[in-house]
Amino acid sequence: MKTLFKCCHAFLLCTTLTVFASPAEDLGQFRAYFKDKFPSVPFNEFNNGVYAINEDARIAWQDIEEFPPYEEAILNGKALFETSFTNGRNYGNCFENNGVGVSQNYPYWDRARQQVITLALALNLCREESGIPALKYTEAKLTSILAYMVYTSREMKTNARIPTNDKKALESYKKGKKFYYQRRGQLNFSCATCHIQNSGRRIRSETLSPSLGHTTGWPVYRAKWGSVGTLHRRFIGCSKQMRAKEYKLQSEEYRNLEYFLTYMSNGLPINGPSYRK
Amino acid sequence: MISSYKTMQLTLLSCLLLLACNSAHSGSISKGKSLAFDRSKGNCLACHTIDDGEMAGNIGPPLVNLKMRFSTRDALFKQVWDATTINSKTSMPPFGRNKILSEEEIEHIVEYIWSL
Ligand code: HEC
Ligand code: HEC
Repeated sequence: MKTLFKCCHAFLLCTTLTVFASPAEDLGQFRAYFKDKFPSVPFNEFNNGVYAINEDARIAWQDIEEFPPYEEAILNGKALFETSFTNGRNYGNCFENNGVGVSQNYPYWDRARQQVITLALALNLCREESGIPALKYTEAKLTSILAYMVYTSREMKTNARIPTNDKKALESYKKGKKFYYQRRGQLNFSCATCHIQNSGRRIRSETLSPSLGHTTGWPVYRAKWGSVGTLHRRFIGCSKQMRAKEYKLQSEEYRNLEYFLTYMSNGLPINGPSYRK
Repeated sequence: MISSYKTMQLTLLSCLLLLACNSAHSGSISKGKSLAFDRSKGNCLACHTIDDGEMAGNIGPPLVNLKMRFSTRDALFKQVWDATTINSKTSMPPFGRNKILSEEEIEHIVEYIWSL
């Protein structure tokens, strides 16, 4: 019976989209799948990506966390965050609770704008409201402010919400979900091929992390980048590996994808910014 | 009725052909190996343990004794050309169908892994 149950999870998650499932049902299946697959990993540990499932990588990572390379970004970000714009306003004015301890609620569905708003986009909308040009999504200024804001949310639980009174919110979630399971590119992979179906296995010498927890630690300092970068930058990296079409940073496609993926990590503690090799 | 002279001639010819084939064969095997290992070509090691290949992944099964699993070379060719025709849920890329490799390149790779 238990095996049958396991098979069902595997089947539903890896292979087909259960088109009529509600987000809450999706979430239940998603968690149960990874719980079955990695029975010795406590739920709260999934926010550590590959380090939750690979002991050798974990040891190397814990060493680096002693003097985290993203620390400077947090400090710079705090200073930038608190600096007033020329009109006297500042970033804090654009957020609830002055922007402290709020990033666990992002991305959210904006009813007035009829789209998914991520924390990075919210920062640029804030600038726009004060008549200041937007920052590039690769700019250190932007990634540092993100690092600081996320830092003030550490230990708070991921809390992406999909309002039930707006059909378009659910549609955006569904688009994100479809994106995740759709095979694409010359190599015919989907995101789920690597991070659900084959999570825990190795592609060459690289262990594939489970998608559960994929959104809690951003932005991350990546050794490969030599800097702090955003979740969407990672989406582009994986699209390249798939030899698939890339979308723009903060494009509607990636924001919907982030909405789905974050919802799947609901309940996991925020632990950004973090380090990845 | 073929004369004994003709038979001799034919035997000689097929001997020569066999010889030629044999050396083409081993050339193909070594070409196949480098295509299979090359990250920008087959990159089969991303997912399979093969031979003396280093840093192999474990998404797919080790490629050994394929003659036990595939009754013909053609069946093996089909697996590499488009694995989704055999298992629609497979993680293995359709190397031929999606033009990741040319038909000739796949022939070499099949020659190589058939020999393991
Ligand atoms: C061919 C395999 C493959 C595919 C397909 C793939 N990825 Fe990845 N992905 C990786 C590898 C390898 C890493 C680095 C190791 C790890 O954390 O899994 C990674 C890392 C990530 C990370 C960072 C995880 C962390 O904790 O740092 C995210 C997020 C991610 N991928 C999302 C995606 C999304 C979204 C897609 C589809 C658009 C996708 N991936 C498709 C191989 C893949
Ligand atoms: C991204 C992963 C991946 C890559 C790359 C890959 N394969 Fe596979 N392969 C698999 C998986 C998974 C299977 C298991 C069968 C299935 O899923 O249909 C498999 C099965 C096979 C089989 C059948 C083995 C058996 O015992 O039934 C052969 C032969 C094979 N692959 C050859 C190759 C060759 C040759 C290459 C490179 C040109 C290659 N594969 C690249 C994932 C991969």
